[in-house]
Amino acid sequence: MTDSEEFALKLRRHVVRMCSRGESSHVASGLSIADIIAVLYDGVLNIDPANPDWPERDRFILSKGHAGACVYAALAERGFFDVSALDSHYSNGSSLSGHVSHKGVPGVELSTGSLGHGLGVGAGMALNLRRLGGSQRVFVVLSDGECDEGSVWEAALFAGHHRLANLCVIIDYNKLQSLGRVAETINLEPFGAKWRAFGWNALRVDGHDHHALRAALAERADNRPTCIVADTVKGRGISFMENQVLWHYRAPRGEEYIAAMRELGVDVAMAQDA
Amino acid sequence: MWRWRRMRDAFVRALSELAAEDERVMLVNGDLGFGVLTDFIRRFPGQYVNAGVAEQNMTAIACGMALTGARAYTYSIGNFPTLRCLEQLRNDVCYHHADVTVVAVGGGFSYGPLGVSHFATEDLSVTRSLPGICVVAPSDPWQAYQLTFQLHERGGPAYLRIDKGSAGLPASDVELGKARQVRDGQDAVIFSTGAILSEALGAADTLSQAGLELRVIDVHTVKPLDLDHICTAAAQCSHIFTLEEHVIAGGLGSAIAEACAEAGVALKSFRRIGLPDVFPDVVGDQAYLRARYGLDAASIAETVSKAVANDR
Repeated sequence: MTDSEEFALKLRRHVVRMCSRGESSHVASGLSIADIIAVLYDGVLNIDPANPDWPERDRFILSKGHAGACVYAALAERGFFDVSALDSHYSNGSSLSGHVSHKGVPGVELSTGSLGHGLGVGAGMALNLRRLGGSQRVFVVLSDGECDEGSVWEAALFAGHHRLANLCVIIDYNKLQSLGRVAETINLEPFGAKWRAFGWNALRVDGHDHHALRAALAERADNRPTCIVADTVKGRGISFMENQVLWHYRAPRGEEYIAAMRELGVDVAMAQDA
Repeated sequence: MWRWRRMRDAFVRALSELAAEDERVMLVNGDLGFGVLTDFIRRFPGQYVNAGVAEQNMTAIACGMALTGARAYTYSIGNFPTLRCLEQLRNDVCYHHADVTVVAVGGGFSYGPLGVSHFATEDLSVTRSLPGICVVAPSDPWQAYQLTFQLHERGGPAYLRIDKGSAGLPASDVELGKARQVRDGQDAVIFSTGAILSEALGAADTLSQAGLELRVIDVHTVKPLDLDHICTAAAQCSHIFTLEEHVIAGGLGSAIAEACAEAGVALKSFRRIGLPDVFPDVVGDQAYLRARYGLDAASIAETVSKAVANDR
């Protein structure tokens, strides 16, 4: 297992544990993006946990804010704040809301939760950073269902027109949205072609293949923003959660939690927090 | 000394001066301002971007630019930069306390013949409910010019409502957050916001001839409200009126009612003069629509004199 694969496994354990403790929804969404987040936070993003406001940093926006547990876990593991803070996720008085929030959470660039907000703000960041002559990149993770939002395409048009080569979108294409399959709700195909038609460099990768993700994230097209359509599996890593809409909502409890953690190589059956 | 007759020109003049001295100033336009922004675009091409007919994205772009160090202004007309993209204004700009000032040309019935889509008549109530935002409706070009600088000094989030009309008073200095008394009187007081101040002054002239002295106060800053000035004037006059080219729900009148009630000011009369809870079913120019909905000087004078007579 590579470093980032080990990191992804840690993130999955955190996500399952946080969603269980907090009895929060969206556990499967966090598992879906765990590999993308792990690769980003393992050497792709140019960031400094000791100086979260460092002006030269890359910007990362989780536009699908409901998968925030995974980003909180990555930030904690990278040292932006103490890992023990993750225990407060979703609980009374906590800063770690179910949808990712910047207030009181070092390392979060943008609070999201209502879908369709992240790409426009990311494009504004990319435009201004380029205007200032910076070399920073801006990364935005979108969900597939989020691409139903018109504001995503407003921003895609803008970024293509302004040739924001420092902007990179990664779409968590797990092909499930709130009530069912994306293809049966609002079909997005031909998906990559849509982004190309909007002036983007579009790639398609296995969103759980760290080597492929790393290669795609390193790509920076001349004069075009990049969109990585990442084929993923919702609930990836927990057999009984994979490809199940139920786990967009359900929190793993009791035996479910024990079974999920066992699949991630942790025996919590005897532990206090099981 | 002041040669701009239109508030929007005064705003653009102020923004040009700010842009010239601060490269962080960015104007993010919603594809409007034909002829108005020409000079700005020519002089500051690197500080201007047209987001196209996409107000959600315009607001998000401005927010992203502000979060990376720009001092951003969005520009559009009517409700487009507020209601169309309200969630971007709330979640992106206000929640992140981003340095974005939203500028809407065409407050109230400024675009009267264009129809309901272009009436900005709920913008004050909606924006003032957003945490941390400053809401300003100047009454004339000189105020628009001065308040643009003062809003810039304060920093966003802010909302600047630009009227087509002007109160037409001689230019006098204003201070952000400080209500301004423009006519003295002890019998009653009317608080007004925006260029409709001219109608309040016209009503005061009429009432004065009938022996009723109406104090007129210009509340250009709707949020934060100048509580001291407003509550003191309300207590002194006790017959209170508010005037806005806006629905009566949630706007200036509501804000002043809240302030007076919470301060325990004893009132004999309280009337909010504004639009009732219906959409206008006709179009017309600003003067026509004001008269039709009881917002012109004659109607205001009548409302005030009746209320004062009834509530003595």
